[in-house]
Amino acid sequence: MTLLDRHIEFVEALRTAGLPVSLAEGLDAVRAIDVLGIEERETLRAAYAATLLKRQNHRTGFDQVFDLYFPLLIGDGYRIVPGDRHESEDPEDAERSGLSGSDDLVGQDGPQALADFREALTDALALGDPDVLALLAREAVQRFGLIRGRGPGEQRWSSYNVMNRVSPDELVDEVLQGMGLATDDDPAIRRLVEAQAQVFERLVDAEVRRRAAEVRGPQHVARHTIRPGIEQVDFTSARKADLELMRREIQPLARRLATRLSREQHARPRGPLDFRRTVRASMSSGGVPMETRHKPKRPGRTDLVVLCDVSGSVANFASFTLMLVFALREQFNRVRAFTFVDEIHEVTDRFETSNDPAQTMSELAASARYASLWGRTNYGRAFTRFADQHPDALTPKTNLLVLGDARSNHTDLALPVVKDLTYAARHSWWLNPEHARNWNTGDSAAREYGRLIPMVECRNLTQLGEFVHDLA
Amino acid sequence: MTQKSSWFESPADADKRLAEVGYLSDTATSTTSYLAGALEKPLLVEGPAGVGKTELAKAIARATGADLVRLQCYEGLDEARALYEWNYKKQLLRIQAAGDQSWDETHDDIFTDEFLLTRPLLTAIRREEPTVLLIDEVDKTDVEVEGLLLEVLSDFQVTIPEMGTIVAVRRPLVVLTSNATRELSEAIKRRCLFLHIDYPDSEREREIVVSQVPEVEEELAGQIVEVVAKLRGMELRKAPSIAETIDWARTLVALGTGTLDAAAIDQTLGVILKHASDHDRAVRELRLRAR
Repeated sequence: MTLLDRHIEFVEALRTAGLPVSLAEGLDAVRAIDVLGIEERETLRAAYAATLLKRQNHRTGFDQVFDLYFPLLIGDGYRIVPGDRHESEDPEDAERSGLSGSDDLVGQDGPQALADFREALTDALALGDPDVLALLAREAVQRFGLIRGRGPGEQRWSSYNVMNRVSPDELVDEVLQGMGLATDDDPAIRRLVEAQAQVFERLVDAEVRRRAAEVRGPQHVARHTIRPGIEQVDFTSARKADLELMRREIQPLARRLATRLSREQHARPRGPLDFRRTVRASMSSGGVPMETRHKPKRPGRTDLVVLCDVSGSVANFASFTLMLVFALREQFNRVRAFTFVDEIHEVTDRFETSNDPAQTMSELAASARYASLWGRTNYGRAFTRFADQHPDALTPKTNLLVLGDARSNHTDLALPVVKDLTYAARHSWWLNPEHARNWNTGDSAAREYGRLIPMVECRNLTQLGEFVHDLA
Repeated sequence: MTQKSSWFESPADADKRLAEVGYLSDTATSTTSYLAGALEKPLLVEGPAGVGKTELAKAIARATGADLVRLQCYEGLDEARALYEWNYKKQLLRIQAAGDQSWDETHDDIFTDEFLLTRPLLTAIRREEPTVLLIDEVDKTDVEVEGLLLEVLSDFQVTIPEMGTIVAVRRPLVVLTSNATRELSEAIKRRCLFLHIDYPDSEREREIVVSQVPEVEEELAGQIVEVVAKLRGMELRKAPSIAETIDWARTLVALGTGTLDAAAIDQTLGVILKHASDHDRAVRELRLRAR
């Protein structure tokens, strides 16, 4: 395979992974490589990144595809450059990782090997040396990751196997004890060590992908294992690490939306002529009014009432939407938020401007118990209670926003009450975090509610951002 | 096969020369800076506030001995502020002073170089010496200015109806910086090389602190960087940037702090954290005050 083929395939794979790489950008990349040469892997990566990557949130996907197409090493750890020695025979590396010469250990798996390995990993996590962690990740996949019972050429590796055996999360406590700290003595240090453990996990994932790409070809692996960017991850299928990333993404997203909104408000048709400022401006052109000045147009701001289903299945979605709405609160006149499972509970006061997002999230989670009486989602009852307890909440100037998956456990839907609510409000929308193809399946009452309140699919941060922008 | 470029000779050369003028870069930064010079393409630098985006442009100018022309973008920036403007007051005077001169002569006279006020973009294009053109905070401008930039950045030429097209004598090296408050258009991004600068790892950050604040002792610098790394690990509204780390180091040196203990951090935390809620969180998580 020539270098050009490799390049074309790499660009193709990036497109499959969701990076919009244009033809011109591909040409730029070739030119850049022509100028730089291909001796250094990191230079090559930088050249590709500079020319093909135009958004930072594509970076993870880019790095993963790059590692597949331009792996650091092949096989059990021989470097691609011929004549170089076996990686872990390097006495310095072996010493640094705390493992004895690995020839007798390669592929070996047993209680003793595992104990040795975990000890070495504990040291590495404490020191936080990225090179040693990479070396250990490679060792780990080689020793503990192989799925047994497959012939040569058919091997599979699994990061689940590795994580199950090595379980780096448990090692965090040991590392902290090794530092002479009690388990929850210093949350900041603990977080640093946990971050190291996550780095190790990612390295193992990358190593497993690399091994798989050798056996089955990079295209196959790129198509099946590259995860979409965090803005495309579904709320309902997000993992714990994803949720934290998403939470960090809320503030920047709100800031971007706010900039966009204020820009659009400025661009709207101008207000009436400001005579005084026009005359003042004409002074510099000898009394000729060359530019007219206008008064700004008064933006019409609406009230917003948000009703959120906070039962387990959609709680994340509800809290993200609430955080985003409250981060943009200056775009609205007044915002009130209510949560429900089968009982209604107002949570407006949990969103103080100065509170940080993490704290708000945990307070919201804690307040969910007020919203639940029997603990089974009951949309009909929640709507009825809302209409009874807060009849003044909805006015002709209010927009109503309902968040939830419309899965009401086959209970009474209280459709007449919902109809009254939509009449009382100016506009109403329903955001559903499920994929539209799952609506109306099982106990979902999406069709019934959808007839009364326009229902919008809102599965990830991108869709959420778009909706909130149109709302404000 | 490396071809010689008028800016940097190789990524390693870029790295070395940037370091000489006090900018410690990493592989990606120096490679991309080199590419920007070698391919003669604009360089779009993105990243959080205070990681040295503007400083990179200044450092490139210093390292290559070029002059820096800066265009600071803001909302409402227009052609007249970015490109060129006719000095109509002077033109008015010229017309009044013309006396019996015929209109045709006067007309030819008032649209000459003498009455042209060049703004940063035109200045950069007309210069014959090596120039670094810094377009700062390009995300603050309106979309129309982006369109204007497209013409300038792709062909390095400007068309003035009364004078004709002015083509760059010598292509400037263009650096655009952006805080990503909004998405730039695909057209602009396609024409640029992209570089994202993030917070550096602790090793590099320590070197930066020591090089920027020479009075600081190695040990104190290490402690500062360690605390800042912890703070960035927390979920803050605004994580401390490199610029703030350096400010903090200066503050501590000015106060004569020898070692960084809880009390010293608590007193000077305002230098690196600018939100009350961040402050509270840091005090709580770093256990600064005994409870």
